Amino acid sequence: MWRKIFSGKKQAEGANIELEQTAREDTLEEASAVKVGFFDRLKQGLTKTKDGFVGKVEQLVKGRKIDEALFEDLEEILIQADVGFETTMLLTDKIRQRVEEERISDGGEIQRLLKEEIVSLLTAHYKPLTLSTDRLASIMVVGVNGAGKTTTIGKLAYRFKQEKAKVLLGAGDTFRAAAIDQLQVWANRVGVDIVAHQEGSDPGAVAYDTVAAAKARKADVMILDTAGRLQTKTNLMAELGKVHRVVVRELGHELDEVLLVVDATTGQNALSQARLFKEAVPLTGIVLTKLDGTAKGGIILALANELELPVKLIGVGEQYTDLQDFDPEQFVEALFN
Amino acid sequence: MPFSNLASRLQETMKKLRGRGKLTEKDVEAALREVRLALLEADVNYRVVKDFTAKLRERAVGQEVMSSLSPAQQVIKIVNEELTALMGGTQSKIALASKPPTVIMMIGLQGAGKTTTSAKLAKMFASQGHRPLLVAADIYRPAAIKQLMVLGEQIKVPVFSMGEQNPVDISRAAVSHAKEHNNDIVIIDTAGRLHIDESLMGELKDIKENVSPHEILLIVDSMTGQEAVNVAESFNEALGIDGVILTKMDGDARGGAALSIKTVTGKPIKFATFSEKMDGLEVFHPDRMASRILGMGDVLSLIEKAEAAYDAEKAKALSEKMMTDSFTLEDFKEQLEQVKQMGPLDQLLGMMPGMGNMKQLKNLEVDESHLKKIEAIINSMTIAERRNPEIIGGSRRKRIAAGSGTRVQDVNRLLKQFNQTKQMMKQFAAFEKKGKKGKRMFSLFR
Repeated sequence: MWRKIFSGKKQAEGANIELEQTAREDTLEEASAVKVGFFDRLKQGLTKTKDGFVGKVEQLVKGRKIDEALFEDLEEILIQADVGFETTMLLTDKIRQRVEEERISDGGEIQRLLKEEIVSLLTAHYKPLTLSTDRLASIMVVGVNGAGKTTTIGKLAYRFKQEKAKVLLGAGDTFRAAAIDQLQVWANRVGVDIVAHQEGSDPGAVAYDTVAAAKARKADVMILDTAGRLQTKTNLMAELGKVHRVVVRELGHELDEVLLVVDATTGQNALSQARLFKEAVPLTGIVLTKLDGTAKGGIILALANELELPVKLIGVGEQYTDLQDFDPEQFVEALFN
Repeated sequence: MPFSNLASRLQETMKKLRGRGKLTEKDVEAALREVRLALLEADVNYRVVKDFTAKLRERAVGQEVMSSLSPAQQVIKIVNEELTALMGGTQSKIALASKPPTVIMMIGLQGAGKTTTSAKLAKMFASQGHRPLLVAADIYRPAAIKQLMVLGEQIKVPVFSMGEQNPVDISRAAVSHAKEHNNDIVIIDTAGRLHIDESLMGELKDIKENVSPHEILLIVDSMTGQEAVNVAESFNEALGIDGVILTKMDGDARGGAALSIKTVTGKPIKFATFSEKMDGLEVFHPDRMASRILGMGDVLSLIEKAEAAYDAEKAKALSEKMMTDSFTLEDFKEQLEQVKQMGPLDQLLGMMPGMGNMKQLKNLEVDESHLKKIEAIINSMTIAERRNPEIIGGSRRKRIAAGSGTRVQDVNRLLKQFNQTKQMMKQFAAFEKKGKKGKRMFSLFR
């Protein structure tokens, strides 16, 4: 009998070991064995986005003459892709202007113009993930509840491990039930070290120990997890600021990356998230997760336009290798071709 | 300015209308543009917005501008009524099976909050005298089972788990376990999945066929954007959902997803969650959600909370004390406690109209530790000091500061605040004697 009933007693410890033998244990080998090209994977992950967004634009513009009705339809498509009202207006105004200046009359051209405008919007503030190579590289991951912080860290750890780096994780989410276990499972799967305290302990102390351990063990990269928090909770945001200060103090310099994880299914609230997290900690970029499940992802444009924060990584699938560097041109290329 | 209050924006648009008897088509168009924008900023689906504004147009053109309302308020009233109607009019509850156990299946995307919400739902049932059983059927996310077990332990509700076996088997075994152990409600926490993942959607269908749940609840993050429509539609088509729980409502998301989902599926939003704490599950009120989507705050919830926390008798005694100038630090402390019972202060402020978006509020520290400090200071006073603060001189101040772990400045500040409050009350009392207007101040909560 496998059946176990847990009713309020601390029998949970045993489950830890079981968890390691998860149904997906073998994905690790599979992921590296199946060498799907990076670009193909990106395209595959984005098919939903493509079908929803670009597919619609394609249908819309084919053989139509350019008039106000066309622009209104274009606006509708953009807003439906979560691009947001402001950024949609910015894009369509720019296209309107170019149509006039370049004397374009064929509706099919609109697609090209849109593509160019999106690329220029996304490249304006673009910066790739940048990690120190001559000293301990440091990353802190923040975001609202359920955005995908822990999974992102797991995938990042896998990636650095593949690059032969010595990785150390810090289980800084001491609040949510079993969040520490969740990161622990990832650490075991990927085969990297982890610093973890008890649930409910001070996240600042975890941060302190993580930096100390990273230095002592001569790690190449340290990644600190934090508890998910809604950006409007003043006290929790202050706590985040404190954790960040502890890390900076112990490192003796700023972190290489402070990444905000945003769920791609999020609507206009992502702007508020980016704004308020930026006030609490010096964000360096955004990780957009779950992009494979959405026909949208348009929030990426609103974020670039209104917050001037670069998207650095995107999650396009559930496999370990599905967290990719964001490359604006490649992204738009995959979206349109 | 983005995210500004619809009410104030409409006010601006309708300013020129003052003194006119009827809303013309042009007036309505101008107002509708603002409404459209507000709804889109709240993430209501584009198509839903389009249909909705078309309906509004019909109703609003030719409307008499009622004498008591400004044209802007008139439009808001119509919008509010239509929105509320669209969102379901009245609140819904979970229908319990005539023959227990009632089986409830929790489904949704990754990160929507299924596990936490399952526990909250269980806690709600337990507090109503039911005997719920939580079922850990998320075998994919690392430590999801452990998470549910930890939560179960916190709220003292049993959790059924079979490790990482097939979720269909787990669910079936859980239902028979519930029957044997007299659990009248079974809540199955399934794994998060994308609505486009066919194999995982198939797994949900299998569970449904095997345990025939009485309720299938879709958990939706209130921050969801335009995709909410597709998510709800896909889950509804595949499984036939009975209702929706909207999560993370304690943030500043306007939650337009609620409107979209209700419109496309016709299924009611049954609950909403407002806190990370286990008792943060609340019955969903369509009328309040309507105001929130429009950025007009949630005054009703605020008043209800105040009513629940306030003891009418105590309030009456307190206001009498205020009037007769016999208000002491003891009363002051009691008053603080009552405010605290109403819930986290930032949450209360968020419910006030326009507050959620006010710039000034960002700087206004809603820090509950400040209240704790005040309480500690008062607790460190002797009863004589509390009743007659005038006797608190320098050395007493030092003692109180040391006793409460604060600084003398903190004690000074509190005493000053108290005196100011008392001064203010005296003025009200004088006012009360002259006219009857002052009374309203204190009868708000009675």
